[in-house]
Amino acid sequence: MIAEIYISLKRTVSDPQGLTVKHALESLGYKELGDVRIGRLIVINLNLKDKKTAQERVDQMCKKLLANPIIEDYHFKIGENK
Amino acid sequence: MKFGIVVFPGSNCDQDCFYVIKDVLGKPVKYIWHKDTDLAGLDCVILPGGFSYGDYLRTGAIARFSPVLKSIVKFSGKGGTVIGICNGFQILLEAGLLPGVMLKNRDLHFICSYVYIKTENNDTRFTGLYNPGQILKIPIAHNEGNYYIDAAGLKELRDNNQIVFRYCSDAGEVNDKFNPNGALDNIAGIINRKRNVLGMMPHPERSAEKELGSKDGYFIFKSVIKYVEKTRT
Repeated sequence: MIAEIYISLKRTVSDPQGLTVKHALESLGYKELGDVRIGRLIVINLNLKDKKTAQERVDQMCKKLLANPIIEDYHFKIGENK
Repeated sequence: MKFGIVVFPGSNCDQDCFYVIKDVLGKPVKYIWHKDTDLAGLDCVILPGGFSYGDYLRTGAIARFSPVLKSIVKFSGKGGTVIGICNGFQILLEAGLLPGVMLKNRDLHFICSYVYIKTENNDTRFTGLYNPGQILKIPIAHNEGNYYIDAAGLKELRDNNQIVFRYCSDAGEVNDKFNPNGALDNIAGIINRKRNVLGMMPHPERSAEKELGSKDGYFIFKSVIKYVEKTRT
């Protein structure tokens, strides 16, 4: 199985990187922008067969290490290896 | 009175701390490799600055799972003195020994410069030798020093006098103009509720001798020594 984990700053936390990119895009003429938020994508290959187990394990990984719950939200997708 | 200085892969202020304790203060000190867990005989453990584990994922996020951290949690639980400087502060936050979190600096730059900080609480073992409100000139050098905590957490810090240092002007004005990194409430250093764990972004070990431009940081270590030696006798 393969897990794609998306981690981003919570809405309530300011994201200076996102703001800077928004300004840069606007200076390029893209005026249609709302908020721009920057996060990270973590891809993990898992030696697991069962999707439910994979979901539980990845959720633990996020809580323990991959995301900091004080400032970050996460969500993930579990799929088959291609 | 013996100090221990933790060394992670990527620590780079460990030798500065070692030098200040051994040569400037003349106290026994040893390095603690992050895989060691024996803190026996130590009175004060310092988590120095640097880039532990390359700052991968988040600053301090991986160092926080080093074997030595389990020992430090026990050590602090028994009242042992812990100081986290810069990256050491970030590690203490990730480990939950201090509340809150560090974000990237407001302007997204690495900042390396002298700043002024105001001693907001001199009734701690770390600041006992400073006067109330004393202004200190101490350098910072970091990319993630933008302290953040939610409103309830900030209230708790204030209510319990846990905010020890705030960024200010050379005259002691605390406002946004003299906030180098965007830290909430100009916070530069805090302690835990039990008052035995200090985290601070400025580097006292880089300001412990007049020859280096400031001796203001020296008295943090000196305060700890005085406290420990007094509680012993």
